[in-house]
Amino acid sequence: MTAAIKPENASQGRPYAVVGARHGKPDSLDALAGLAKYTDDIALPRMLHAKILRSPHAHARILSIDTSAAEALEGVYAVVVGEEMPTRYGVIPWTPDEQALAADKVRYVGDAVAAVAAISEDVALAACKRIVVAYEVLEPLTTPEAALANPQNKIHESNKHGNITKQVQLAFGDVDGQLAAADLVIEGHYEFHGSTHGALEPHCSLAHVDGRGLLTVWSATQVPHYLHRELAKVLEIPTHKIRVIQPAVGGGFGGKSEPFDLEFVAAKLAMKTGRPVKCLYTREEVFLAHRGRHPFDMHYRTGFTKDGKILAVDGKSVLDGGAYSSFGLVTTYYSGQLLGSPYVFGSYRFDSTRVYTNKPACGPKRGHGSVQPRFAIEVQLDKAARALKIDPIELRRRNFIGENTKTINEFHIGSNGFLECLALVETASDWKAKHAKLPRGRGLGVAGSTYISGTNYCIYPTDLPQSGVQICLDRSGRVRVFAGTSDIGQGSSTMLAVVAAEELGVHLDDVRVVAADSDLCPVDLGSYSSRVTLMAGNACLNAARDLAGKVRQAVAKKWGCEKRDVILADRRAQRLDDPGVWLDITEAFILAEIEFGTMGSTGSYQTPREDVHGEYRGGTIGASPAYSFTAHIAEVSVDEETGEVRVENIWCAHDCGRALSPVLVEGQIEGSVYMGFGETIMEHHHVMPSGLKTDGQRRDTGPGKEGLLAHSSLLDYRMPTTLDTPDLHAGIVEKPDPRGPFGAKEAGEGPLHSVVPAICNAIFDACGVRVDALPVTPAKILAGLRAQRTGGV
Amino acid sequence: MLRLSPFTLHQPKTLDEATQLLAQHAPDVRVISGGTDLLPNMKLAQTKVTHLVSAKFLEELHGIERTETHVRIGAATGLKTLAEDPDVLELLPALAYAASRIASPQIRNMGTLGGNISLDTRCRYINQSELWREALGGCLKSHGTECHVVPGGQGCVAALSADTVPSLIAYGAVVELASDKGLRRAPVSELFQQDGTWHVRIAREELLVAVEIPIPSPQTRVAYRKWAVRQSIDFPLVSVAVRLDVADGVLAGGSVVVGALGPRPRVLTLERLVGSTLDEKLAQALGQMVYDRARPLPNIPYDAEYRRERMVVEVRRAVRSLVGLPERPLTPQA
Repeated sequence: MTAAIKPENASQGRPYAVVGARHGKPDSLDALAGLAKYTDDIALPRMLHAKILRSPHAHARILSIDTSAAEALEGVYAVVVGEEMPTRYGVIPWTPDEQALAADKVRYVGDAVAAVAAISEDVALAACKRIVVAYEVLEPLTTPEAALANPQNKIHESNKHGNITKQVQLAFGDVDGQLAAADLVIEGHYEFHGSTHGALEPHCSLAHVDGRGLLTVWSATQVPHYLHRELAKVLEIPTHKIRVIQPAVGGGFGGKSEPFDLEFVAAKLAMKTGRPVKCLYTREEVFLAHRGRHPFDMHYRTGFTKDGKILAVDGKSVLDGGAYSSFGLVTTYYSGQLLGSPYVFGSYRFDSTRVYTNKPACGPKRGHGSVQPRFAIEVQLDKAARALKIDPIELRRRNFIGENTKTINEFHIGSNGFLECLALVETASDWKAKHAKLPRGRGLGVAGSTYISGTNYCIYPTDLPQSGVQICLDRSGRVRVFAGTSDIGQGSSTMLAVVAAEELGVHLDDVRVVAADSDLCPVDLGSYSSRVTLMAGNACLNAARDLAGKVRQAVAKKWGCEKRDVILADRRAQRLDDPGVWLDITEAFILAEIEFGTMGSTGSYQTPREDVHGEYRGGTIGASPAYSFTAHIAEVSVDEETGEVRVENIWCAHDCGRALSPVLVEGQIEGSVYMGFGETIMEHHHVMPSGLKTDGQRRDTGPGKEGLLAHSSLLDYRMPTTLDTPDLHAGIVEKPDPRGPFGAKEAGEGPLHSVVPAICNAIFDACGVRVDALPVTPAKILAGLRAQRTGGV
Repeated sequence: MLRLSPFTLHQPKTLDEATQLLAQHAPDVRVISGGTDLLPNMKLAQTKVTHLVSAKFLEELHGIERTETHVRIGAATGLKTLAEDPDVLELLPALAYAASRIASPQIRNMGTLGGNISLDTRCRYINQSELWREALGGCLKSHGTECHVVPGGQGCVAALSADTVPSLIAYGAVVELASDKGLRRAPVSELFQQDGTWHVRIAREELLVAVEIPIPSPQTRVAYRKWAVRQSIDFPLVSVAVRLDVADGVLAGGSVVVGALGPRPRVLTLERLVGSTLDEKLAQALGQMVYDRARPLPNIPYDAEYRRERMVVEVRRAVRSLVGLPERPLTPQA
């Protein structure tokens, strides 16, 4: 059950016609009725099906691959192996450590080795079984400890520093001095486990080469532009000979943010066979492709004055990266860089090390890189509040960083509604009457957080705009918006329609959005880092304002008035000073077309570059045009006989600047809270760590359990059902930021972060047990209760 | 998506036709009655057969009948029907509850009582894809020679995961089986063997026709309790039925039936506790008894030590619910 919560002083009237109205997504009925066309719904004549042969070893050298028996099977059209696509790639251009199909080594159970295109999936599967791969099995390293302790056993031979993929050490101010001067130092060790995205739609890709040699790739991706670039690089064909189309996508959450083996495989096999080739993952392959939340091992020391001011934060983290870099360079920076608000840190130091291991690669999951350290710091604050006998909300208020300011790591903060978020959840949850006052077994916890609205710098170096939008008007009163944006269900196409409709005076249904087709749309970088509303929204606003100006000018000419006297709203051009004078919007568009010719415009958005980030190395990573803020309060009950935690309620207030579509913002808040709740209480992307027999001897022959996924189905990877989900109470706080379109900031990821520590802080309030190693399990609660009784912690 | 290997579906209209088909194709045959367990297992190539005999059109396998002494439930009765049937709810509430806790509404719409009784055993090392099992090197149930649950173990210990079985045993249910050789009857308590590769003592030629359950006297109280991480979808991680026979306000007999251990349920009788008063002490005593005599294994995917602790709590709570105490103790447990 869900219910919205509202600030007491929420304004009644709206200054806009479409912006802020309680509309839904115009395309949502298609998804509900089963009419939306996902990649797997597309079938082309003569289409072949591809399957990928995957490694049964966590770490092995490939000695030879014999595909002859597969090729001989009837119905097989082509087989492809790694040497045919030797170019290494990676979504981050500085760390190209992946190959479409492994040629020299396999690095996790499930690494792709070869692929077959055949008349059916069954034949392709049968052919895969006939491919003979000779491996030299190597010692698998499935924990960061093992990988760091064995630098000579390199998972990537070309890596400079053993198995370390990235280390970031940054310091701001005198951390040691401030820790020494602090009245209270809280020291804690935290473990954040791995989790994955769980999007409903498995990855799928379809490729086809037409008579002119144009390669078209349809793919379930959330970054069509990066896919486009990497396809060109790996397939060695120029980008203008490739068209990337993203059909309807059934959820991404970060799990479709980079190229995957199946996209290269489908494209290469289409090129080899001259036929369309489709490749669809099984659910297990989705778990293997992963790129989910990195497991973090964190050690934090935080110094406070006796009145609760944060003097120093000192964090050390080890990130379990899995077999490839993915976005890991960014993750490693984010693990420290995004912690600098909403609180003032007197001094700050972090040291984060990302390590290769023989497991599915980790990457970006909703709240990329910053959900884990946020957990640690917010629990640290809760511990400090207890020790200092200060209300945890009050302690957070005392450290509030403010608006139009800079963080200690020199990021520019614009609008900031964090205090309003705290106040909203404090009131809605009845915090003052309940926190630390409920009967044993029931408790409340609070936590706060911040997130970026996109990053100031693109992941490849360029001065090109981050977003481009093209708009055309036509004689029927329709508005057509062309944008490279990637709607993965979050509603980016709706957002564009809202912005265009607001400016051009039409209804939401009058706007047709054509998105994510590289032949038809200007480039947008994609749906990651919560960038789309701010960036593509601004680009769309620019393009729409340009056209609206021309329409008003043409109408003004007809009426013999000034352009400023004409407004466009509610399918009308309206004379501002005389309500009796108006034209149907279609007439207005026609007047403009007569005056100016075919009505089209473009708009683009480039991020601010001056004075928004630090000048130190890495000072641009994590810098954003605008930051969102969030506060959560969780209410839990703990069953002390079973150790089971039931999360009863979660209140979440989120400052998204301006809610262009409040219903969608509430949906993002609820979805984020649900996801964070799931990974706190039950979800765990767990890879079996040990190949050792119980007597300590390593198994001498054959493969072992090491590196196998413990949960490779949606039955065993337990995501909460509606019966498990707490009551969610979403609240929108609007602190418009001048950098966002109509003041809008992000809403898609921020509302996840502080769910996790809010639940853990509530558990402590309920029963006095701290769970600093996630996920929360009944066994950990029982162990904590036992320690309590025996005078332990 | 996972591919389903080709098979021939037989849809007999009579029991004779069905048993002849089974005899003709055994052992390369299974009865399909809902298919919510069988088809996924076939997709994972864990079950490999090419003939399926449908129970859907066999009249004898449908319907719930109440007589003076028994409730007879056709094996192809749907789980949703079973969970909502007024006679079952009135006379066999623990069975109705067990059926209502199986999987999800969609699966209960498809799944049947006979299907649930015959549900294959489950283990983290077998309910996996072929790639996964190949990477593991197989196990006793899948092309291998090694048990990963019990190192050095010679028999498969995959877990009985059928929610209905513990309460059926507690109620003293008997199954009726048909084959081309005729009918036979067997108590559900004797239907299972300690072999996870084929744990049901039902031959491939046999068809489960019906379950007959004696109507319990008013002095008999049965409760089923299931624990899984989620409130829906999941197979049981802890599965217990408790039966208390009461006479003159004290315990006169009964049993505790524990599922989700190995391939066979553990049945513990309560003779030693006859004469006990119906109170928290009895709840604690039964909890201790299962702790001592039933041990969850690291076969299904959850911490076995916790499952053991949880099993005890669920037994206590079952007893409390049967003797009119609040389910949770009023003060925190010592």
